[in-house]
Amino acid sequence: MQAKQLSVFIENREGRLDEVLAVVAKANVNILSLSLADTSEYGLLRLIVSDPAKADAALRANGFSSMLTDVLVVRLDNKVGSLQAFLSEISKTEINLEYMYGLTIEKEGKASLVIKASDLKKASEILLSSGAELLTAEDIAKL
Amino acid sequence: MYWNEKMETMSREELTALQSERLVATVKRVYEKVPAYRAKMDAIGLKPEDIKGVQDLSKLPFTTKADLRDNYPFGLFAVPQDEIVRVHASSGTTGKPTVVGYTAKDIEMWSECVARCMTMAGITKKDIVQVAYGYGLFTGGLGAHYGAEYIGATTVPMGTGNTQKLVTLMKDFGATAIACTPSYLLHISEVLKEAGEIGNLKLRAAVCGAEPWTEEMRLQIERNLHIHAHDIYGLSEVMGPGVACDCEYHEGLHVCEDYFIPEIISPTTLEPVAPGETGELVFTTISKEGLPLIRYRTRDLTSITYDKCKCGRTTCRISRFKGRSDDMLIIRGVNVFPSQVEEALLGVDGVSPHYMILVDRVNNLDTLEIMVEVDGKFFSDEIKGLESLSVRIGKAVQQMIGLNAKIKLVEPRTIERSMGKAVHVIDKRKLI
Repeated sequence: MQAKQLSVFIENREGRLDEVLAVVAKANVNILSLSLADTSEYGLLRLIVSDPAKADAALRANGFSSMLTDVLVVRLDNKVGSLQAFLSEISKTEINLEYMYGLTIEKEGKASLVIKASDLKKASEILLSSGAELLTAEDIAKL
Repeated sequence: MYWNEKMETMSREELTALQSERLVATVKRVYEKVPAYRAKMDAIGLKPEDIKGVQDLSKLPFTTKADLRDNYPFGLFAVPQDEIVRVHASSGTTGKPTVVGYTAKDIEMWSECVARCMTMAGITKKDIVQVAYGYGLFTGGLGAHYGAEYIGATTVPMGTGNTQKLVTLMKDFGATAIACTPSYLLHISEVLKEAGEIGNLKLRAAVCGAEPWTEEMRLQIERNLHIHAHDIYGLSEVMGPGVACDCEYHEGLHVCEDYFIPEIISPTTLEPVAPGETGELVFTTISKEGLPLIRYRTRDLTSITYDKCKCGRTTCRISRFKGRSDDMLIIRGVNVFPSQVEEALLGVDGVSPHYMILVDRVNNLDTLEIMVEVDGKFFSDEIKGLESLSVRIGKAVQQMIGLNAKIKLVEPRTIERSMGKAVHVIDKRKLI
């Protein structure tokens, strides 16, 4: 039930983000969500895309450091308390949430969230047993 | 004012005779006591008796840092270990340091040399001298310390690292002289200036060395602090600070020629160059017992003049240094070879061999930054993974060279690839 995230190392230099996005666009890969973690010198760009393997290959071919990371994409009802309900299940365990960000594409009044946890398998089991809907790579490709 | 008028002002004929006598004895001794020297001389069919005086110096084979490394740690010592009273160590081109040893007599000779240098700077037994070089394996701290004590000056072993305390004690003790690296003194002078303390000091002389500096920088220090600043030269292999120093005329550094015979050779042909021409400085030690060195290639580029100086000294003078014939960097007084940095980087799991060393000087202090390419193999999707990588690289570098470096992770192929020999260093400091 896991999805693939594309992680790209970029230096804090003018135009670098643009160059990454241009490579992804040229590969005809659609970006569904994006998160940028930054430090004073470099950033980590995390992307959920329609075809992660293709984007990864294109970025590497263009000299970028990129890698594919397993993440969970959870679909939630777009209503008060739904995120908290799921996360509280996870917080009862030893699992750490490394980072998370929203998935911008919404359908049918649902919101999606990208989660990277220390134990993805266990986290996905907990989420599924509490009734969450997890998106697979195939689901994402169709978004 | 001389410390040792006889030795510092003797005629060239007398000095040559003394050097010849000491050289002959040194060559005979190393041939007998040091297998590595014997092997080198035997290899070219040279016998100790072939060396009859300084005119035969160029017949002798060179000694290099590689010889010290190959005979690590004590292989080139010419006395039994129980006669060695002190060892120091400096950077080697790889992980192994260059180790040097001194007998009690060597320490006294070293103190004598530093005393001559400090006297050139006008320092006497009445002075209070703060020694703000690093103490420890580095020769700077203890070398200057022993010299200052030898003169009889009140010696304050400050060491490095606590500028605030140094400044406070300089004022409270009424320190009149300081020995440290020129960049550190310039930094100290800025701190004093900002605090408005310059007028409250008794400081009047400085003996600075362990790194190259420009005449402009020397004058800036003199102006900032209203003192006389002198340039002291040395290298641990030959002895440490005190091999040469400039007098009040600042027209070159007087070599303690009764202990060290300097030569200038072409770094390419290895032949001696004409007097006054620039080339690589080579030293032969003719009084040292522990670690005598025959024609040691310093890799420092300079020229020599034998003209008598206005100060009355007859010893030859080496001019301000014009660079190095190898890739050694001097950062905050510490000798650093790019190969050491490379060795440290390659010891860190997953680090790519593409790196760039950036050296600069900010607020008069040297900065060291190492750019390392992050390639797909070892980068992480988490910031903490990248940060831990920086920390691991920083630790490995610190352990290898003894300096803290700022580690900057950069994208792959950011560092320029060269077609020939890779360029691994950008030194933005203007030191020569």
